[in-house]
Amino acid sequence: MTKQVTLTIDGKQVTVPEGMGLVDAAKMAGIDIPVFCHHPKLKPVGMCRMCLVEIGRPVRDRATGQFVMENGAPKIQFLPKLETACTNKVEEGMVVLTRSEKAKAGQRGTIEFLLTSHPLDCPICDKGGECPLQNLTMAYGPGQSRFLYDEKMHLAKQVPLGELIWLDRERCIQCARCIRFQDEIVGDSVLAFDERGRSMQIVSFSDPGFDSIFSGNTTDICPVGALTTADFRFGARPWELQAQASICTQCPVGCNITLNTRREAKAGGRIVVKRVMPRQNEEVNEIWICDKGRFAYHYTEGKQRLTRPLIRRDGKLTRASWDGATKFAAENFLQAKKDFVILASGRLSNEDLFNLKSLADHAGGKAYLYSHMAGGELTTLVGVGPGTNFGEMGKGTTIVVVASNLYEEAPIWYLRVKQAAERGATLIVMNPRETKLDRYASFVVRYAYGDEVKVVHDLGKKGRIGDAFAKAENAVILYGSEGLGIAGTAALASACAKLLNDTDHIGRPNNGLIGVWGRANDQGAWEMGFRVEEDLARALKGKAVYIVGADPVGDDPKLARALESAAFVAVQDVMETATTEIADVVLPAQAFTEREGTLTSGERRVQRFYPAVPVTGDARPDFSITAQIARHMGIILEGTSVSAVFDILAASVKSFEGLNYARLAEVKPQFPIVGRADLYYGGTTYENTQGMGAHLSAAATRGETVRIPRVPKEAAPRPKENELLAVPIVKVYDRGTTMMYSELLHERIGEASISLNPETAKKLDLTVGQRVNISFDGVNGEALVKVDETVPVGVALVPRSMGLAIRGPASAKVRLQKVK
Amino acid sequence: MPHILLRHRDIPDINQLNVYKKNGGFAAFKNAVTKMKPEEVINVVKESGLRGRGGAGFPTGMKWSFIDNKNWPHYVVANADESEPGTFKDREIMEGNPFQFLEGVAIASYAVGAKVAYIYLRGEFWEIASSLDEKIAEMEEAGYLGENLFGTDYSLRIYTHLGAGAYICGEETAMLESLEGKRGQPRVRPPFPPSVGLYGKPTIVNNVETLTNVPMILTNGADWYKSMGTADSAGVKIFSLSGRVRKPGNYELPFGTTFRELIYKYGGGVQDSRKVKAIMPAGASSSLILVDDEKVLDTPMDYASVRTLGADLGSASVIVIDDTVSMDWLINKTVHFFRHESCGKCTPCREGTYWMSHLTERIHSGHGSKADVELLLNVAKQMQGKCLCALGEFATMAVVTGIERFRNDFDKVTRV
Amino acid sequence: MSLAKKYPKEIKQILSKYPPEHKRSAVMPLLYLAQREEGYITKAAMQEIAQMLDISETEIAGIVGFYTLYHDKKEGKYRMQVCTDLPCALRGAEEFMKSLCNNLGIKIGETTEDGLITLEAVMCLAACDKAPMFQIQSSEGIKYYENMTVDRTMELVEALRKKA
Repeated sequence: MTKQVTLTIDGKQVTVPEGMGLVDAAKMAGIDIPVFCHHPKLKPVGMCRMCLVEIGRPVRDRATGQFVMENGAPKIQFLPKLETACTNKVEEGMVVLTRSEKAKAGQRGTIEFLLTSHPLDCPICDKGGECPLQNLTMAYGPGQSRFLYDEKMHLAKQVPLGELIWLDRERCIQCARCIRFQDEIVGDSVLAFDERGRSMQIVSFSDPGFDSIFSGNTTDICPVGALTTADFRFGARPWELQAQASICTQCPVGCNITLNTRREAKAGGRIVVKRVMPRQNEEVNEIWICDKGRFAYHYTEGKQRLTRPLIRRDGKLTRASWDGATKFAAENFLQAKKDFVILASGRLSNEDLFNLKSLADHAGGKAYLYSHMAGGELTTLVGVGPGTNFGEMGKGTTIVVVASNLYEEAPIWYLRVKQAAERGATLIVMNPRETKLDRYASFVVRYAYGDEVKVVHDLGKKGRIGDAFAKAENAVILYGSEGLGIAGTAALASACAKLLNDTDHIGRPNNGLIGVWGRANDQGAWEMGFRVEEDLARALKGKAVYIVGADPVGDDPKLARALESAAFVAVQDVMETATTEIADVVLPAQAFTEREGTLTSGERRVQRFYPAVPVTGDARPDFSITAQIARHMGIILEGTSVSAVFDILAASVKSFEGLNYARLAEVKPQFPIVGRADLYYGGTTYENTQGMGAHLSAAATRGETVRIPRVPKEAAPRPKENELLAVPIVKVYDRGTTMMYSELLHERIGEASISLNPETAKKLDLTVGQRVNISFDGVNGEALVKVDETVPVGVALVPRSMGLAIRGPASAKVRLQKVK
Repeated sequence: MPHILLRHRDIPDINQLNVYKKNGGFAAFKNAVTKMKPEEVINVVKESGLRGRGGAGFPTGMKWSFIDNKNWPHYVVANADESEPGTFKDREIMEGNPFQFLEGVAIASYAVGAKVAYIYLRGEFWEIASSLDEKIAEMEEAGYLGENLFGTDYSLRIYTHLGAGAYICGEETAMLESLEGKRGQPRVRPPFPPSVGLYGKPTIVNNVETLTNVPMILTNGADWYKSMGTADSAGVKIFSLSGRVRKPGNYELPFGTTFRELIYKYGGGVQDSRKVKAIMPAGASSSLILVDDEKVLDTPMDYASVRTLGADLGSASVIVIDDTVSMDWLINKTVHFFRHESCGKCTPCREGTYWMSHLTERIHSGHGSKADVELLLNVAKQMQGKCLCALGEFATMAVVTGIERFRNDFDKVTRV
Repeated sequence: MSLAKKYPKEIKQILSKYPPEHKRSAVMPLLYLAQREEGYITKAAMQEIAQMLDISETEIAGIVGFYTLYHDKKEGKYRMQVCTDLPCALRGAEEFMKSLCNNLGIKIGETTEDGLITLEAVMCLAACDKAPMFQIQSSEGIKYYENMTVDRTMELVEALRKKA
């Protein structure tokens, strides 16, 4: 255990761990020392000079090292100068005065200095109402300024650092929190100061501007209104906003978020989400979220929302009652008997998926997970379980990332893994091409597409890398789907599971397998017993299909053709898609912002989300719609209370045993303390008051025997000489159904493209920016040519969900488009 | 008395390797490497009473003894950023007597176990850097730098590194940042460079003049060195004399020489035979010494004596101000300098120099009031003791002492 | 043309001064090298140096912006940088500067019509005993001119004009 140090702050005795900074120690004791540049997640820099305090230290006898006593107490010596609390660490016997006249004068002086350059345009500033400078000026500043207003420096007030984040140069107080966040936490050094002295200003020269998927966080920690998001600026005043806890649905990380809502004139008086903010969960996302999570929520309010049940009559979708629509669906499902197929995606909650799986089981149908990635039955066996926390991983832990570009696929995991590596964890990154995580890796293993299983197998051999894995106290493997389809990921997952099992890295906290899934609740679907199907088209052909939260028609022409010849198609979704167009019955579902439920993250943590805005039209929650259909089929499922569904689920799915809604709503004290009245300390991130969730158990953690399926020799075909192999990759911003409603992101999403090594491009006689036709595996489409040295020779990277339906690696042909 | 530092004034062509060698050059370094332990070298320097010549006057031997021997490698960085207005001594050393300086770098490196030393020169010293590069190459060729020196296992390389126009890089931690390829902004201290310096490794940063003393101290002994100067300020110092004197220039004199001797005996007296009104003993960063009494000129120039006049000797860049100069003009000049050179990292310096420049400009242009003068004084004091590094502090010195000691000058240019 | 192609030897020599794991240290000498080309640092050069040292272009721009001897805009072929700081000003630098402006027909910060001279007032150049003085910064480096008179300065300008 860390040594404890006792000191006195403003007369209060405080005992904190050795090595802690004074500002943080004071905060733990309930004393707020004012700060601007200091942030508990960043290294102290002592720049803003706001935290000036008087510090006294006990005098030690030079000979003995003992405290010199005076009137029965250690003699305390104060320096003549004030000191910055942020750059001083706690010391035994230290005496700190944060509110003495001298300290107050220093703090007042700093505020006055800062205000000489500040525009004081609070009435039109987005930060007004949650602004550290505003708050600290009220609390610590002088009543009036002695600086002549006419001599204020006037600077540009609307500077786009990129299209997502705007800078107001007048408001900036040069605290460098944004620059330091990008440098220290993210490792994307795309912000810097230009010039110096009073002319110093924030700039970004990356292309695109402020090229980082974590950019929004800088607006949370900016202590003034200098940085604002294009999404929220001029959108609302902070005091008009309501806050509701939620979970981000964009990727498997499960970031805790808060939805800020307001009644909006522009929305016809409806209550709408105005912004998405991070909510603290130090075991999941700390106080950060990625820009995708922050900006890609707009689909919930889109015009394309489904509001009424529809039934196809005479070839046209027409309005129907809920009873009519669900009955219609039920009749067709009943008729289909064994040919009843449910296709559901990980966009749904645990409760939804549980009811769907129950329905399939009772009706004798099949339940498929709509995913390009397999291996989830193994994460339920040897996945990480209770006690796992990336935030605690460091020396002694080995983290393997294989076939995944975490920065793009699960941004916050990228941050967490990077930080674990910086704390001393051994990071092994295995990918066919360079990824951003390589920089922090102890070992980078580059392999040819197709060699995934082989490299994992080799990791089990003796040697420097193998030992770093086998001999580690704890080991975690994150596997993804870079370059792989269902068969490949299945093979890779079993190779990983076997390795973990062989080296005894299962069944304990911070050990096990993690799938870098495509959707937020894929893991939940696997837990419920959903499975993926390699040849989905064949599985759907001629069947009565119940599609929930997925758009196979829009995604994949092959599936579209299969569904054309389906016996019956019922589609349940939040919004109109290409699939609802061909449906026989359409069932409008509530968005996650409108309802309650739980999601299971890739780390197998179950977390609750809560309703934040009123329901759109007649939409109903998925689990309830499913229950209604089931009832018409003579199957009784819980369809009213979502927590009751969860209770049933917890009673029937082993890994959920012992969990309930109350348990998931529990919180525990977290460091740093954020989101209270002192916004200047942690930023505008929200405190967690509605639940940190709980881990599922895994077969291994329950002590059950784990049987790993046979591992195939290879995961996927390797690129052959004189052949172009199209391989799927994942991009953070894609053309997925939910993303496209966030217009702000369109520039970053771009269009369908393929990336080639310069050598490959040369061989194919292609250059950057050309438009080509690419065909593989029955898919034919247009794409823009990109050239990138990090792409291996002989392959074409094809991003998923960007208009080209790539399921797995496939031999491809590329033809230059004729210029019209 | 022959020069100890500006030896080129006595010995022609001492900037040629063979001439330097002929005059005892590199014997001290060779002797140290082959016959002395690093601690012994440090002890001699400690005993000599040599103090840093960059301005702070910190005992050099003591600084060297602070090097953290648990963390390796070590570095030595020679501070040749000479940018203080009124200072031009290091330049003359590097031009006139470069080998003695380089030998000093080499001895310091040996003393603290550094195998690489950098010379950080201000960007304007472009030509000096090229010439030093040539001298370093000559030393390598002659076996004074490189691998296994004098048959021992000690190796040393010296490299020059050019700054690019930033006064703040004379501050040692800003210099290290700059040397690391970053913006030259000072670091929070502690930790000090002898524990955490260049690339996070223990580093000794010494001024050019300081290092140039070292070969002579090793050659002639600590007692010889201590026999010059005063008790608290041992040895000789190069006084850069500038301003309103007839013969400005560098004068190498023992500590304790009086202002009068410097200005009248060596500097040829004040231009146009005017009266000395004020002295800035440490360049633009100085407090202004009020010369209202002729006796002030008889103050010996050593660290302790100058302090009795309410100023610091600093780098001994003596700027002479005569009675034609008004202090409102002078502080406007110094404040603009510091505003231009403020790195912007900490609030009081960044905002304070900006604010002060508005006030000094207003007052100097005759548009200021007495209240503006009071405000200026108050703003300067509000900066004091709050800044991240010394630059902000320096910016206030002339302002505070100018107003407090020459109030009349301000009364003349301000309205009520 | 890229710096790497034009100055391979110089770049290698510069990089050899610093530990390989701290090659970022080479940024300042490399920026000088880039400035030699056009008299200022182009965006392309910043990109190239960024790539060479594995740091971001934004950081490079921030470094260029911090130091006054780096320029990111094309100005006069010769930058005449007159010290007008306190010690020089006490020895007539301001009058010297004024007269220079008149003779060149430009204000401080401006460039002569022929693009030859940009006149700048700069801070102390460590030549306080040799005022009035200035330095000329050009693609050839930096050169000091000390104890100057306006006449001698104008002769120098003429010589530079002829050379150009």
